[in-house]
Amino acid sequence: MRLGRRALLAGLAAAPFAARAEVFAGRYTLVPEAVAPGVWLVRGADEAISFANGGAIANAVILAASDPRGAILVDCGPSLAYGRALGALAEKLTGGPVQRVFITHLHPDHAMGAAAFPAERIAALPGTIKDLERDSRGFSDAMYRILADWMRGTEIVLPGQTMAPGAQVVAGRRLTAYALSGHSAGDLALLDEATGTLITGDLVFHNRAPATPHADLALWRPSLDALAAIPHARLIPGHGPLDTTGAAIPQMRDWLGWLESTLRQAVRDGLDMGEAGDLPIPARFDGVAMARYEFQRSVSHLYPHLEAEILPAVQGD
Amino acid sequence: MSLAAFAVAGGEARAAPAHTSPLPKDPLNSPMWTYHAQRLLSGAPVVFDPAVRLILPGVAENQHQFPVTVDARTLPGVTRILIYADLNPLTLAADFRPTRAAPFLSLRIKLDQRTPVRAAVLAADGKWHVNGAWVDAAGGGCSAPPLSRVKGDWAQHLGEVRGQAWREGGGPLRLRFTVRHPMDTGLVEGIPAYNVETITLRGADGAELARMEVQGSVSEDPAFTMLVNPVKDGPVSVSIRDTSGREFGGKIAPQNRPTP
Repeated sequence: MRLGRRALLAGLAAAPFAARAEVFAGRYTLVPEAVAPGVWLVRGADEAISFANGGAIANAVILAASDPRGAILVDCGPSLAYGRALGALAEKLTGGPVQRVFITHLHPDHAMGAAAFPAERIAALPGTIKDLERDSRGFSDAMYRILADWMRGTEIVLPGQTMAPGAQVVAGRRLTAYALSGHSAGDLALLDEATGTLITGDLVFHNRAPATPHADLALWRPSLDALAAIPHARLIPGHGPLDTTGAAIPQMRDWLGWLESTLRQAVRDGLDMGEAGDLPIPARFDGVAMARYEFQRSVSHLYPHLEAEILPAVQGD
Repeated sequence: MSLAAFAVAGGEARAAPAHTSPLPKDPLNSPMWTYHAQRLLSGAPVVFDPAVRLILPGVAENQHQFPVTVDARTLPGVTRILIYADLNPLTLAADFRPTRAAPFLSLRIKLDQRTPVRAAVLAADGKWHVNGAWVDAAGGGCSAPPLSRVKGDWAQHLGEVRGQAWREGGGPLRLRFTVRHPMDTGLVEGIPAYNVETITLRGADGAELARMEVQGSVSEDPAFTMLVNPVKDGPVSVSIRDTSGREFGGKIAPQNRPTP
């Protein structure tokens, strides 16, 4: 672990000497993984957003639609170029244009590819739309800063359709939408009725540590219970590989429980944020990508609130 | 985790008079190294020294709350610790004087852009021992309004102090405290500078344990961790004064660390 941290910092230290000249982006090469009839998963890299991966770190899902013929997308990547590449792939796979794009939550690795589609074909939960109205500008600035040329032409497109939870037929495909929260204020999960495929967005990360910048752990846990209660044949997480064994939801519960109890204990033990971020990560999470990175991010997101809750008030003189 | 990898053996600043001793070449290649070193580290020779352990997270997740821990406990006779960020508009975050305290300090600072973050430690040998690292950060840490200003409730909680002190074996007391304060930098339009300015810690016998001056580049609702060595067991008193002359604080009684 120490070596890992040092290597990370070595990267930071080396950065000033690297030329920050104009660097042109590559091309997104999206590889569809057929997971069920008419259902394809396009995997994101299990990494942090970086220039090297073009920000293509989130999973996207393509569903075949029959009426009208074409595709339904669930999440659409970080940029205009990604959204276009995903749209072209979906059209090739399904034989028709993209009929609907669902945005599962506000985060830019899932949502900014909306730039490739007309607003009226994009749908999200009301909570997500509110989040996007508040944060899109800031996300856009941050994504352009990190991804530079990968973001070329990417403008903010907000969903033109507010969706309601419940059973619905979308372009001939029967879907049930669930309005949940915890990873963010509005987290959409979708069940594809024909195949029993549960698409969870970032409520579930699988073998990839979860990100918590807008998390409310007290709401996230019941959302996991709600997902576990939905009968499904397979689960497509927001990040990480397809889950066919039912391992992903328990792993998320385990991580979130460990995260919260560890940070609470760290505050009670008198550790500062830096020390807390260096605490050991249990061996059972060895197979979880980005564990140290996301743990340190979570310390940053959650620690000040826990201090305000746990440290006792000091009475004045 | 130490930053030993980047600390370069400093220039041998022999017995030459301080102001004429040349500054060692900056291993971080900062454009502002010489300017700040001449201003902040005047009067003593400077060496880059991995004995100054600087604990920084691998990622600046929140440029408003970037945790910095300095641990110089292997250096004898430390009288001052400066924490500063070369490219912050308010460069110096904290000037810490551990009177009866270990040369150890944790706090959180704002980052206004990608910048070197440094700790400079004045030790018994009369030299500034410096270590640092580049930290990548998006802009706006110093020039964005604090959350409590956006929320509008800062005045209701101003000066609320929380804290705890733990006895650690026969060693120093580990003291942590937070104070609610907007820590306005003066760089946000329409919000004048308003920040905690001095913090003084005293033991139960009234003797000073540590003193610190801070600027608005310390994060909103500052949180500090220190290791103090009071002569007399008993509550540590924390006195905080801000730039409007308001005083906050209270007494924190040490407790034994619960056995795990």
